[in-house]
Amino acid sequence: MTDPRRKLSIQEILSDLEHYAPRRRGWTWRIPAKNLIQHGYHYTDTSEPLKNSVSLPAAKYFSQIDPQPIQVITTEIASGRFEDDIRRMRMAAWHGADHIMVIRTAGQSHFDGLIEGTPQGVGGVPITRKQVRAQRKALDMIEDEVGRPINYHSYVSGVAGPEIAVMFAEEGVNGAHQDPQYNVLYRNINMVRSFVDAAESKKIMSWANILQIDGAHNANATAIEAWKVMPELMVQHAINCQFSIHSGMPKSHIALSTVPPTASPAPDLKINLPYAVALRDFFSDFKFRAQMNTKYMESSTREATVTHVLNMVISKLTSADIQSTITPDEGRNVPWHMFNVEACDTAKQTLIGLDGLLEMVEIKKEGYLPQKTREIKERSILFFEELLECGGYFQAVERGFFIDSGIYPERNGDGIVRKIDGGVGADTVYERNDDYFAPVTAHFGYNNIQQYGLTPSDNPATLIGGSTFEDRSKIQFIDELDESDNVHIRIAETAPYRDSSIIKPEVEWLADGVVTLDLTLPTSIRYAEGAALEIAKKMNLHEAEVIHREILHPAEGTRIQVKGKVDFSIDLEHVQLPQEPNILHEDEIKAYLEMHPLKVVAGTVGEDEHSVGLREIIDIKHGGIEKYGIMCDYLGTSVPITKLVDAAIETNADAILLSTIISHDDIHYKNMKKTHEYALEKGVRAQLIIIGGGTQVTPELAVKNGLDAGFGRGTKGIHVASFLVQKHKENHP
Amino acid sequence: MKKSLTRIDDFTARREHLASMTELELKQYFWDLAERCVQPMVALASTHTSPAIERSVLLRMGFSSIEAKTLVDKTIQYQLMGKGAGHVVFRLSRIKKVSIREAGLQLIKDEGWEDVRQSFEVRS
Repeated sequence: MTDPRRKLSIQEILSDLEHYAPRRRGWTWRIPAKNLIQHGYHYTDTSEPLKNSVSLPAAKYFSQIDPQPIQVITTEIASGRFEDDIRRMRMAAWHGADHIMVIRTAGQSHFDGLIEGTPQGVGGVPITRKQVRAQRKALDMIEDEVGRPINYHSYVSGVAGPEIAVMFAEEGVNGAHQDPQYNVLYRNINMVRSFVDAAESKKIMSWANILQIDGAHNANATAIEAWKVMPELMVQHAINCQFSIHSGMPKSHIALSTVPPTASPAPDLKINLPYAVALRDFFSDFKFRAQMNTKYMESSTREATVTHVLNMVISKLTSADIQSTITPDEGRNVPWHMFNVEACDTAKQTLIGLDGLLEMVEIKKEGYLPQKTREIKERSILFFEELLECGGYFQAVERGFFIDSGIYPERNGDGIVRKIDGGVGADTVYERNDDYFAPVTAHFGYNNIQQYGLTPSDNPATLIGGSTFEDRSKIQFIDELDESDNVHIRIAETAPYRDSSIIKPEVEWLADGVVTLDLTLPTSIRYAEGAALEIAKKMNLHEAEVIHREILHPAEGTRIQVKGKVDFSIDLEHVQLPQEPNILHEDEIKAYLEMHPLKVVAGTVGEDEHSVGLREIIDIKHGGIEKYGIMCDYLGTSVPITKLVDAAIETNADAILLSTIISHDDIHYKNMKKTHEYALEKGVRAQLIIIGGGTQVTPELAVKNGLDAGFGRGTKGIHVASFLVQKHKENHP
Repeated sequence: MKKSLTRIDDFTARREHLASMTELELKQYFWDLAERCVQPMVALASTHTSPAIERSVLLRMGFSSIEAKTLVDKTIQYQLMGKGAGHVVFRLSRIKKVSIREAGLQLIKDEGWEDVRQSFEVRS
């Protein structure tokens, strides 16, 4: 069992890995929570709560509840180092992700065979058996910690699709992208090879109950104007769905990867909603993986987040079995830890916020929406008709039918053209002879098993005493092939930061040292950029780089974000911990005050007309102490010290709250001291709790000047109420 | 590169034959077209194999990725892909009465290929 207070040990995950077997195969959906009631709210579209999680920041006002949406939530993690990705997976799982998608390293599509070991990747990780097994093992630990199964996912594409599918089936991978059109259009892999391989891959995936996600969403990201490929996207989805069914895959395991193609400032929902409706109409038997728009992502994480929230409005208005998330920083770098977490939180916050939407609104059956929906459907049918007229899919690709920037039947002549006999892996497909045979489970197509005495319903693998799918002891585990590029070397390099008290800031890899600066500079964008780099230099940041620029006004100001590296580390053993405010639970405060009602007198002392801060501490509408039932007598501003103490005596108050903002010549501390002394003189100091507060108040100095407590900037009612209750309890044991 | 077809949007004219269809008919027609589109590719996949498919067969038979690669490369070299690389290993294990794994390891060492070719009656 993992301990939430301790980091996962990569060494422990790697140890005895050659004998680790995944605990299950296949995809897992969330379990719906029927009639979930939390903090008094009834939820409609939620799933069973987690055992361990981090709830949304505002949950503190809602007794820390963390309702989970019904949709599986995806996060894509791939920094190039799988050992660091495991840590991020744990963070994401605590924020609600239960579908972890691992992006492959650049170039793996063209690698003719399996990669082995744990080499470092670029923009992803090399997907190898060792890496997959280690991550699945880690996710088995993480899913026990959060209390919900986690689906692990990667790609069955490229020229080694069937082998990867076998390895995924053996290693308990739960979901995978598989779409031969992706190979053809975006990876220039020979189309004949791609489809022949795809049937085998899909057959293997079906045996392992792996959920398939197609690759159609890539058209959006590739197209010149994303929304114009909507008709052909329907066609691409249909080709992969229908081909998958013929490969033996049940519809329950075929998911469309669909993206709302456009984004604001285009009229987002006007374009995206009819398309989403058209898709759900035509593909009603299949699953939907709602991806977020990446096409129009720039460096603004705020802008990306708004686009993604709008995408999820569409998910809720139509349907999504899986809600994928795109990290809001993807427009500027390979995602960082905190943005995976932010994206998961954005999804959870939005989907829970929209809970029960379809109980209140419905898709219109007349007017613009159904008209537009119908038009998209008809355009996709016309595309299919012409595709068949010209001879079929392969001929259509040769003629550049796909990813044309015109909205079909409009044609701009700029589609992707591939040749039937061209591309990577051309001329590598062989016709099976009459006596072709493969003695294994989950093999697609012609297989002459009769020649060895089997009947068509028999499993060919019985002839070899079972394949690896029946007997996993037959799997050959390769540990490492490259002595200079593997996880053990990387772990050794970061050893000083592993399981020690030494830390460095990081964004993706342990001790990468990367920090960001967020600057507002009172100048134009070009000067601001130059100045920002100068500032980074003066702050001793290495490899400084501007990652975001935003005009606040052409002359008045520019916002710049800079990333850079620090070359120092911090030893936690020598860190002075900031004092934690001692906060009681609201219920505990209320319960105590019901038994022991408290009364306070309050005012701003001296020649001081500031009133806002104190009112915020007191007033019920600001979450002040009145909220808990504390009776407050507010005397106003510029109250003489004597008057404050006298009023406390007259009204038999338990406490005095004195506010003091002006700090010139330490007048605030002098007034505290005077109050304390006057109360002593009157003989009431022992029974009165005296608290001072203000923006310039340092708690220790307030106590030094005779008060029971001092509160500085950022104080809330709950801090004061907690102190009052604790002090009163102490005084009245 | 030669530019592909260009055409202005003639949707209104092209759609005429679809205009009277109900939503259900439209959906049915769409899936009929999809089926017609994939049929030839399904047939192609059913009757053909590839190095990746054969390597995936060998993985399932208990060979490592490195062994599978060598075995398939040699199967191509000995012109036996039409029989299946897994079949080659299986056949040698029958001929030599050795385990599947032992048969594969012999073939990797370039042993037994002529036996297999003879048993398949393949001539060079």
